[in-house]
Amino acid sequence: MNGGQDLGGTHGHGPVKPEPNEPVFHDEWEKRACALTLAMSAPGGWNLDMVRFARENRPPREYLSMTYYQIWFAALERMTKERGLVSDDEIEAGHSLYPPKPVRRVLSPGDVAKTLHRGGPTERDTNTKPVFAVGDKVRAKNINPLTHTRLPRYVRGHVGTIERVVGCHVFPDSNAHGGGENPQWLYTVRFDGRELWGADSDATIKVSVDAWEPYLSPTT
Amino acid sequence: MNGAADMGGMHGFGPVVPESNEPVFHARWEGVSFALNMVTGVAKLWNLDAFRFKRESIPPPQYLNLSYYGLWTTTLEQMMLEYGVATPEELAAGHAIQPTKRAPHAVTAADVANMVRCGSPYDRPASAPALFKVGDRVRAKNMHPTTHTRLPRYARGHTGEVVRIVGCHVFPDSNASNAGEDPHWLYTVRFDGRDLWGEDSDPTVRVCIEAWEPYLELA
Amino acid sequence: MQLRTRALETILIEKGYVEQAAIDQLIETYEKKIGPRNGAQVVAKAWVDPKFRQWLFEDGTAAIGSLGFGGRSGNHLVALENTASVHNMVVCTLCSCYPWAVLGLPPLWYKSAPYRSRAVADPRGVLRDFGMELPKDTEIRIWDSTAELRYLVVPMRPAGTEGWSEGKLVELVTRDSMIGTGRPKHPGELP
Repeated sequence: MNGGQDLGGTHGHGPVKPEPNEPVFHDEWEKRACALTLAMSAPGGWNLDMVRFARENRPPREYLSMTYYQIWFAALERMTKERGLVSDDEIEAGHSLYPPKPVRRVLSPGDVAKTLHRGGPTERDTNTKPVFAVGDKVRAKNINPLTHTRLPRYVRGHVGTIERVVGCHVFPDSNAHGGGENPQWLYTVRFDGRELWGADSDATIKVSVDAWEPYLSPTT
Repeated sequence: MNGAADMGGMHGFGPVVPESNEPVFHARWEGVSFALNMVTGVAKLWNLDAFRFKRESIPPPQYLNLSYYGLWTTTLEQMMLEYGVATPEELAAGHAIQPTKRAPHAVTAADVANMVRCGSPYDRPASAPALFKVGDRVRAKNMHPTTHTRLPRYARGHTGEVVRIVGCHVFPDSNASNAGEDPHWLYTVRFDGRDLWGEDSDPTVRVCIEAWEPYLELA
Repeated sequence: MQLRTRALETILIEKGYVEQAAIDQLIETYEKKIGPRNGAQVVAKAWVDPKFRQWLFEDGTAAIGSLGFGGRSGNHLVALENTASVHNMVVCTLCSCYPWAVLGLPPLWYKSAPYRSRAVADPRGVLRDFGMELPKDTEIRIWDSTAELRYLVVPMRPAGTEGWSEGKLVELVTRDSMIGTGRPKHPGELP
């Protein structure tokens, strides 16, 4: 979606402000929000693409004024409520009021290290062949879905070059909305900065994005 | 600039919520904010394009969380500081403390009536003929100035048709930085919705914008 | 936020969806165990071992995996080589994708609007915010992490480190140099 999160190329946010000796978490609650989100994906039965959409799917004024972990927490609350795992009155009360829903898997402490080490690989087997090859010129499509996509606005409509054929990977546009993994060929596409930002812009810039085949069309 | 004001084509703002029997101003302060801004135009303290640029420069989190007249008041405060009309101490105190650095033309009720009647026309004499004619296919340039422009992001790089030659008008991109009015030919350009939003979008949609000549090139 | 988070945590534990000890372990892992030191070890090895270096750029996931790093946000790793003429920078304009497995959790600035908005359009301006200036003809390659590939910048080895052990070289590799917003330390900067 063209939400508040699609920030590439926008202006007005001010300078980057690195914090010296920044702690990993700024508050106790941030640690909890982070850990709960990671731990709940197993019982929640959701995937990372659904999580990302839950974070970005809010009014831009909220997205841009909430802190990072406030957004994580808001998405966690929304997803647990949507799946009937917690209810508003329980959140109000601060403790469980109803019996739990049965879930398929729970993350046990003994499994934490193993689960983190396994991670979430997204490459999948396929019988199809990639349409594009390294060196091909491609145009990023001008798509404007209301749903989840990973094609940022600033590249849409622009011509780039295939730099790498990555493999066949889970397709977020589908996976985020219950359409299944629907794996598609994934490419790294390099754009000249002047193609993106105008003929007068910095000639030394190249920007690469990782784009799935449905995002791209051949240039003719 | 690609600021928070450039909202065309963005998602997530929710439904349009019309208010039945909406008053012109929801509170007197809104009316005052409106009036003060009109007055600064009559008093020629700054130009409208500079004001718009200041408004859209408000950082996005703040911009998106201010009400409409909240934006006007915030911008007005910043313009007053930048143009030496008030100091931070005076804004905090809520009254004048020192003589004004720029003697304003004291705007009277009669001035207001005149302003409402005449407005402030933006057309200017042309120094060269128009480059484009009605029917020409033109492409909106892919430009990303960090300064003021009136070419929205959603139109950039797309091709449309000139449907009207509006005239020669003050050029905001220049006027907003007080670099002069630099008037240019202004056109109404019509885009097919599918060019803007993708092949699968509503084929009955057409979007028109007014675009100055420096924004366009022959397609 | 403290109360709201506590409420949700309490409910989820009471219902048996998650165990307190699992929460604690996740926090411990990312606060103390997984961090930029992992990536620094990868870089230091690439500086001393030409075969590892070649492997790293050919197959980042496998080479880094051989050091025991991988997994969450590290299943698909790509190493980027900084040279005298090319400087790499990594960003995620759409959210905060970051190579957790080698760098830990990202700093706040990486996840915030100023970096996400400007890195792809004005990288030299962003580098100035970090006090860094590059020669005007250096090519700057910015990698927007839009899929599950995670990028690790391999900065150039600082001068004056001939003969240094891997263990000593690790101390020079800063987190920001592995994102592309900083340089490694000079030998003189070590205590």
